[in-house]
Amino acid sequence: MAPWKELKEMTLLNKEVTRVDGALKVAGTAIYTYDVQRPGLLYGRILRSIHPHAKVLSVDTSEAEALKGVKAVLGKIKDEVNFVGDDVAAVAAVSEEIAQKALSLIKVEYDVLPFTVREQQAKKEDAPRVFSGRENNLGRSNENSEGDVEKGFQEADAIVEHMYHMNVQVHTPLESHGCVCEWRGDDLYMWDSTQGVHGTRSGMARALEIPENQIHVITHHMGGGFGSKFGPKSYNVVCARLAKKAGVPVKLMLDREEEMLAVGNRPSSWQKIKIGAKSDGTLTAFEMESFGTGGVGGGAGVPQPYIYHFPNWKVKHQDVHINAGAAEPMRAPGHPQANFAMESAMDELAEKLGIDPLEFRIKNDPNETRQQEYKIGAKKCGWDNRKPSGSQTGEKLIGMGVGSGTWGGGGNRRTEAIVNIYPDGAVDVKIGTQDIGVGTWTIVASVLAEELELDLADVKPFIGESDYPWAPNSGGSTTAPSVTPTVKLAAEAAMAKLIELLAEAYETTPDKISYAKKTFTLTESGEKIPWKKACAALDGKAVSEKAQWGEGLSSSGTAGCQFAEVEVDAETGRVKVKRLVAVQDCGLVVNMLTARSQVNGAIIGEIGYVLFENRLLDNDTGIMQNADLENYKIPGALEMPEFDVTFYDEHERGVIGLGEPPAIPGVGAIANAVANAIGVRFYELPITPDRVLLAIDKRKEGTS
Amino acid sequence: MSEEKKHDGLSRRSFLKGVGGGVVGTAVLTSSRRTSAAEQYGDVVGPDAVEITLNVNGQKRTLTVDPRVTLLDALRDQLSLTGSKRVCNKGQCGACTLICNGRTVLACSMLAIDADGADVETIEGLKTGDQLHPVQEEFIKNDALQCGFCTPGFIMSSVALLRKNPSPSMEEIKYAVSGNLCRCGTYPHVFKAVHDAAQAMKKGG
Ligand code: FES
Ligand code: FES
Repeated sequence: MAPWKELKEMTLLNKEVTRVDGALKVAGTAIYTYDVQRPGLLYGRILRSIHPHAKVLSVDTSEAEALKGVKAVLGKIKDEVNFVGDDVAAVAAVSEEIAQKALSLIKVEYDVLPFTVREQQAKKEDAPRVFSGRENNLGRSNENSEGDVEKGFQEADAIVEHMYHMNVQVHTPLESHGCVCEWRGDDLYMWDSTQGVHGTRSGMARALEIPENQIHVITHHMGGGFGSKFGPKSYNVVCARLAKKAGVPVKLMLDREEEMLAVGNRPSSWQKIKIGAKSDGTLTAFEMESFGTGGVGGGAGVPQPYIYHFPNWKVKHQDVHINAGAAEPMRAPGHPQANFAMESAMDELAEKLGIDPLEFRIKNDPNETRQQEYKIGAKKCGWDNRKPSGSQTGEKLIGMGVGSGTWGGGGNRRTEAIVNIYPDGAVDVKIGTQDIGVGTWTIVASVLAEELELDLADVKPFIGESDYPWAPNSGGSTTAPSVTPTVKLAAEAAMAKLIELLAEAYETTPDKISYAKKTFTLTESGEKIPWKKACAALDGKAVSEKAQWGEGLSSSGTAGCQFAEVEVDAETGRVKVKRLVAVQDCGLVVNMLTARSQVNGAIIGEIGYVLFENRLLDNDTGIMQNADLENYKIPGALEMPEFDVTFYDEHERGVIGLGEPPAIPGVGAIANAVANAIGVRFYELPITPDRVLLAIDKRKEGTS
Repeated sequence: MSEEKKHDGLSRRSFLKGVGGGVVGTAVLTSSRRTSAAEQYGDVVGPDAVEITLNVNGQKRTLTVDPRVTLLDALRDQLSLTGSKRVCNKGQCGACTLICNGRTVLACSMLAIDADGADVETIEGLKTGDQLHPVQEEFIKNDALQCGFCTPGFIMSSVALLRKNPSPSMEEIKYAVSGNLCRCGTYPHVFKAVHDAAQAMKKGG
């Protein structure tokens, strides 16, 4: 196995290469799941619970079945529904309108049960039960510690202690969850908007109780997932059953409201945190008691103590269920939550100690890379111009803040790929990964072309089908570090095989053949054999070599920091992020262009989390009050800051995932910048104008 | 005090504070209790289908549509023009943006029958032969797309802008695409792409 080429020898990797699927996407001809059309296609829809908690006593579908155009109906899907939006029944009809009409004709008899949508209430012993018959509403819990926390706090000269609260965020991919199911004999072909064709295939086989090789999952293009689309989900199974019943293909796409209710979110977090440090700025102790809700799911834990070194720490966490849709991993699960609380507490403690917040971090951050990144970032954002917190008056208040992040992002050793070289010189690679928007089509092709010293246009990538060799779900920032080493190794193997066959054809030995830039050279005679001629000499034998992921071409573990400059309008309470400086390592950057896109996107996600996004559940009805794109606000064009992104070069570490690492540090950075601007700190996200105005008023009251 | 007076007793500040709960500038929330499936899903099947004619990307197309079908669904389901996307289906995201009689419209929020006789331009019609439109070219060059689901809508908004205003400022560009949402976060690259497309179009005459 050869290492990656030297950076200066690379022609495609580490360069700004435009997407190989770009032309399809800008022309509107890339076919997403939502765009798949099949002969006789029906439209499926799911009837969803209007109650947060109820027994489903009966489901009468007779009127729906009698409606002209309805082709398949599934009665009662489950006996108990546990959130508004839970599955009740389903139909497939010749048009979406008829399917929707059919839903309105289904008569459901519910036994409505008490419910809870507030985690503070849900964790109490006498709370209504989220799931009938359970002893309580508690999910997983964990405890961990190191050192002697009590002693640590005794040594501290200053202590900060607060409850930090973050509400639920919803993934909001623009393409909703959905699939098209088509049975061909016993085999199911399913186009699915998923982050894992292989994972979805395995899950479907289990759910339908049929062999895995009868299921074929296809995801050529998909409109975003951010962690919410690790299939299969109930809609997949419902759609497959409807298609089987109807005997024709069925498309089932969730609408926006369903998307927000039923298929994933980032859990809430409540973290009661205490941190202490000595007067010289050395951290001494950290203690946290936390809880949070993933609705009927889990996963609300947070990786505290985050980033900084505490010789003594103790954490305790409890997941709490409420009657709301299940959480799913969302871009760096747990990390933004940990970051907000930790970075807020760090800033407040620094202020108490009279130490510059950046210096305070540098003193307590054990990561070598980040030590360098802090310097770069501070310079770029002009940290020296940061004003003391709350020292400004007037209408526009400027603030600066900093935050840090870490992530894993290593490769999956099970990943496999096949590289084919055909007698006519054509080259392709098949690998069962998927492009969820990050440019996987392009990096797969780029690695292959780079390795074989061909042009990008000479190679053809095949991805997004579960019939191709196994690759992991696109999650945890593992795609690039899984896929790029594997494709490289398969290409290496194919080239070795090609040279071996060529040696046979030219009656020499492989070590007497060299290769560079589409030309083989017989080193003894000096004869040059161009690529096509060489492939033609194989006597009709195609090369087809499979390889598995190998060590040494990728690694895990990233460090990053971000600096935010915000402007707070004291009249309207509006916070505008003016500038966001990101310094991020991710090993060998495979594609400079798409990497920058990923960092920008991650930052924009942070802005949404800190300033806008908030799932609102009505306490009396359990209904989400803002389940659309107007009332659940995600960042738009007018809220964009100036972006300043620097990749901290550690290419010798090989490829590391980048999707999640930059989605973390800005959360604390933005929140701290707001506190710096107005002199009041927020212990709760999002920092919306109403909250800012109240905070400014409170501060005025306090000082007058 | 003086501020309250200025605004007839209701200042912008006190209004914003009153909104509460983390929803920016929107006092009216949407959902309320529903009591049955009939109420939840409503009656959406209309009277008999009618025939309409559209001039789509320069081609005359006649189709038969249920009066309740949106222009977006008619184009997608009947004419296989699936470039325009449905994301919110209620005019909140811009993913279905296309150009109708020279103006951008949200095709999810327009009935197909209301477009009878109209000139409709979709993302599929921007190419000239095999040649992509400069805006499309620059979207690729600047990587103004990630998952690409929002991209057709952004491109249509941008093309409409450049027809009206061939030399837009950055502010004008941002404003022109402010009705388009992108969750992957392509905005900064979109701004640059539209800016570069304007330059390229000027050079290209
Ligand atoms: S789908 Fe038309 S505006 Fe969102
Ligand atoms: S590129 Fe994915 S939503 Fe814009």
